[in-house]
Amino acid sequence: MNQLPGLLDTEAIRKDFPILDRTVHDGQKVVYLDNAATSQKPRQVLDALNAYYERHNANVHRGVHVLAEEATALYEGARDKVAAFVNAPSRDEVVFTKNASESLNLVANMLGFADEPYRVDRDTEIVITEMEHHSNIVPWQLLAQRTGAKLKWFGLTDDGRLDLSDLDEVITEKTKVVSFVLVSNILGTHNPVEAIVRRAQEVGALVVVDASQAAPHMPLDVQALQADFVAFTGHKMAGPTGIGVLWGRKGLLDDLPPFLGGGEMIETVSMHSSTYAPAPHKFEAGTPPIAQAVGLGAAVDYLAGIGMAQIEAHEHAITGYALGRLQEVPDLKIIGPTTAEERGAAISFTLGDIHPHDVGQVLDEQGIAVRVGHHCARPVCLRYGIPATTRASFYLYSTPGEVDALVDGLEYVRNFFG
Amino acid sequence: MYQDVILDHYKHPHGRGLRAGDAEVHHVNPTCGDEITLRVKLAGQTVEDVSYEGQGCSISQASASVLNELLVGKELPEAQRIQEQFLELMQSRGRIERDEDLAAMEEVLEDAVAFAGVSKYPARVKCALLSWMAWKDATAQALKEAAA
Repeated sequence: MNQLPGLLDTEAIRKDFPILDRTVHDGQKVVYLDNAATSQKPRQVLDALNAYYERHNANVHRGVHVLAEEATALYEGARDKVAAFVNAPSRDEVVFTKNASESLNLVANMLGFADEPYRVDRDTEIVITEMEHHSNIVPWQLLAQRTGAKLKWFGLTDDGRLDLSDLDEVITEKTKVVSFVLVSNILGTHNPVEAIVRRAQEVGALVVVDASQAAPHMPLDVQALQADFVAFTGHKMAGPTGIGVLWGRKGLLDDLPPFLGGGEMIETVSMHSSTYAPAPHKFEAGTPPIAQAVGLGAAVDYLAGIGMAQIEAHEHAITGYALGRLQEVPDLKIIGPTTAEERGAAISFTLGDIHPHDVGQVLDEQGIAVRVGHHCARPVCLRYGIPATTRASFYLYSTPGEVDALVDGLEYVRNFFG
Repeated sequence: MYQDVILDHYKHPHGRGLRAGDAEVHHVNPTCGDEITLRVKLAGQTVEDVSYEGQGCSISQASASVLNELLVGKELPEAQRIQEQFLELMQSRGRIERDEDLAAMEEVLEDAVAFAGVSKYPARVKCALLSWMAWKDATAQALKEAAA
């Protein structure tokens, strides 16, 4: 097996992930290449979840008993860990949600209900891009339909990057909010943040960054990004499902109205009106996903322990190797950037006329797990005139050997349907 | 799941291409983007032709080919019985696996019995049913037209 520069000690790392030892279909070792959909969870995270339920379970922010205090400390401790992980200036800027979709919907609804100067209405415009996940398209479509605002977007170049040639025409004085993905879940493209942020700031528009495919894979610094909101989800970064994050600038979180009302988010309530708790609690109505937040805290500890720069270097090496090997497969066409520069570790491709569902099924028979379909980014498939793609996506435990298994598997698929 | 019969129909589809019909429908399978445009031509109570054009996985395309082979030329009640039996097979979650049960089904379903294995894969059942649901829909429309 080749030694690529920058690789992590995957032999040691893989011991932390019990599921990677699993076999499927009568004894084939699972080759898990569906990390952009969800990552696997290390023992450290599973232990944190168990320990929370076995030793500390209680509801948070209420009750004066020991368990309630421990649960609250663990939940709020997870907020501290996440805040440090993304270099947030304040822990109060970290709002826990259910997932990235909820985070993005939360921003869209805040802006729909906001007063000036944030209000999105019929005289204003919302800007997104053609490579967004549906979770960063549909909330803005809903907001546009409800407010009469106009929805605009950046198109894509033939090689899978954002077409910013019309930057000044798309983002205008009317633009209230620009929301875009940092790393595409289908193309793998790492987008140029600076150019978009600079133009948005020129016209006074808020910037929302969907970092769902970035937070798990590279150092994420919300201050360096200069965005106003950053959304991501726990389950793609070694954490449990059911926990997401919305980071927002403190001033904005203070000014903007709540979306969901309920317990935990209030200051005082009478039958006529209520006042709200300060952020982040203002945006966390009801009992939050406590165990999941604790699990995310453990995941963040785990990733930080290995080092996000090291994880990024590992994935860069694996991605470069995979792009090279995949392009050796006859009839295989990469949908997205074909080199590892400015690119994440999700690689979409088509294989001749063989439908991705057939590719995925026959790979599965060999124990190789990939994702097939439109990856919740159907406009990208429409843009490139394809019904769907097969996507292989890597993480810190992925190995060159798994890339080789994929390439061998694809050769088998070609012969099977040839 | 990929029986030779299925692969044969996928590689050499029967009756593919759109021809004259009494009703046309377009069905899609949103989970994987399979699409089919299907026309039904009736002659009284006989299925005179089922023509189709589509794109999608081998299961969805082979299933349309098998449908064409099975239903064209059949009397409508018989065609509907076959459709219902195929639906039952696809919803069986792989539970119909005894040889004698499959043999009984093969009496009615012929080549379509090869799809029994697909019924074990919930994600793929819709692929197999796409053309059959389109046929049912188009036939209902054609009958409505005829009655009007």
